Amino acid sequence: MHDLQPLVSLHGISKHFGEGPARVDALRDIDIDVYPEQVVGLLGPSGSGKSTLLNVIGAIVTPSSGRMTLDSEDVFAGRWLRSDLRRMRLEKIGFIFQLHNLLPFLNSLENVALVLDLAGAPPATGRERARELLDYLEVGNRAGAMPASLSGGEAQRVAIARALANRPRIILADEPTAALDSQRARIVMDLLRRVAREQQAAILVVTHDEKVFDHFDRMFHLRDGQLDGG
Amino acid sequence: MNLAWRDIRHKLGRFLLTCVGLGLLLGVVLSMIGIYRGMVDDALVLARTPGADIWVVESGTRGPFAESSRIPGNTREAVARIAGVTAAGSVTYQAAETRRAGRTLRLYVVGYEPGRPGGPRTLTDGRPISRSHYELIADARSGFLLGDRVRLGRDDFSVVGISRGQVNNAGDPVVYMTLNDAQRLQFELAPAAARREAVRRPGTTDTDVVNAVVAVVADTVAPEAVAESLRRWKHLTAMTQAEQEHLLLSSVVAKARKQIGLFTLILLTVSAVIIALIIYTMTLDKMREIATLKLIGAPDRTIIGMIVSQALAMGGIGFASGAAIIIAVKDHFPRRVLLQPEDGLLLALVVLLVCLLASGLGVRLALRIDAAQALGG
Repeated sequence: MHDLQPLVSLHGISKHFGEGPARVDALRDIDIDVYPEQVVGLLGPSGSGKSTLLNVIGAIVTPSSGRMTLDSEDVFAGRWLRSDLRRMRLEKIGFIFQLHNLLPFLNSLENVALVLDLAGAPPATGRERARELLDYLEVGNRAGAMPASLSGGEAQRVAIARALANRPRIILADEPTAALDSQRARIVMDLLRRVAREQQAAILVVTHDEKVFDHFDRMFHLRDGQLDGG
Repeated sequence: MNLAWRDIRHKLGRFLLTCVGLGLLLGVVLSMIGIYRGMVDDALVLARTPGADIWVVESGTRGPFAESSRIPGNTREAVARIAGVTAAGSVTYQAAETRRAGRTLRLYVVGYEPGRPGGPRTLTDGRPISRSHYELIADARSGFLLGDRVRLGRDDFSVVGISRGQVNNAGDPVVYMTLNDAQRLQFELAPAAARREAVRRPGTTDTDVVNAVVAVVADTVAPEAVAESLRRWKHLTAMTQAEQEHLLLSSVVAKARKQIGLFTLILLTVSAVIIALIIYTMTLDKMREIATLKLIGAPDRTIIGMIVSQALAMGGIGFASGAAIIIAVKDHFPRRVLLQPEDGLLLALVVLLVCLLASGLGVRLALRIDAAQALGG
């Protein structure tokens, strides 16, 4: 399996905020490789640097030092404009949030199709793909429902469908099961595993939720901005 | 995908209510412009009605509207004999009060010589004055109907004709009567006062006085040249129609014009501030959605487009609702509200410009929202 190229590769990634006495080292010398079809857990107490690491891998925050490749692209090397990072997120990264973050003024189908619309896909193609994904995640019958009328589990599945819309190679999930009971949490994690397998994607999950630990292929523990082990 | 429209549709009631609120404010702006236009038009309508080229008034005055003017009644014959003058008529102007339906009604009385310049040019109902005495033509705004009897001074007059749009610069409806009746109304004293005046100053009770003479000149003659020759008479002065209109606008309605202009400017500024605050608040409400959009890769132009489109929609709907409200109620205003398409168009453009500028505050906030805000619960 590891003969493959890693989809996410971090080498010596560090991130600090502020300078001098006010300097805070959020990440220190992080090395991580994540391969296709892997579901990886990112664990650690509050303030350990999980969110900062997720922001760096999500091309939202630029690291202070180190090298990162996403799907063979050397991100942050040379001159990366904000628009380049935005396009990277749009084309290669899918995000799943703790509180689903569906846009409240779009229905389920539109929420999913929006990503394709932003990528420039024709509206009909976007809607067709969105419908396929909703069916795939077994919420096709809720395509016309507004987010406010969806249950927590349904909303999270629509959010996963949105994350998959552009066939991303990397999916970053931030506490995706925090708002779900254990049964629904298991369903979501099973879904993520299925997505990883069927779409050859790498999935990084930030979580505190012990009941999903057994779904991970690997777990990285962060403490004070450093990896404990992997 | 039109995000602006979908967001509006999601909270349609709130958005429309906001638009109507803004519309009321813009309606006030539009009505102020309409009142100003009405005031200017009202000020000019009396001066334009005679269709005169020349106004002959008392020397040293700027009559008959800006200042009082009294000239002898026989001035008209002298003016009519000037080369180039094709017609001339004597006119008097005065304010008067009467009672109608138990309430005091202010009127502006114009005395003219039927068949000569000075009277109303069109009637919407009835006929012109055909008798020497006790007939009058009333503007529809007075509320009088054909056949009504109107008490003015010590005489009763019968309404024989109805005109429209004839008011003075204070908005009082105009009534026309013969010059003789108007002179009696303006200059004739009550019997007791007349007897006392006759004893004190014998031979001074002549009422053949008019406020102005209006003259029409031939197409081939320049009004300025005729006015110039009339100015040589020491007891008279003359103005062209253009000079009379300029005088009216610069002296009679100048302050009101400035006042209303200032009000309009203040209201537009208030509208701009309110639009900016509404757009800013709407953007604040959507901070999480905007962060999510940024995180999933939406370009800035999508987010800016959403905010600016909503601001323009708000301005457009607000303006349309404001205009509709004012058009519906304008006839119930105490003063005439004259809405002109070019004013409406100009205000619409100003409102759209204000919306664009006002949305800048919301756009600035949106651009400063960090995509990372979408993460972290």
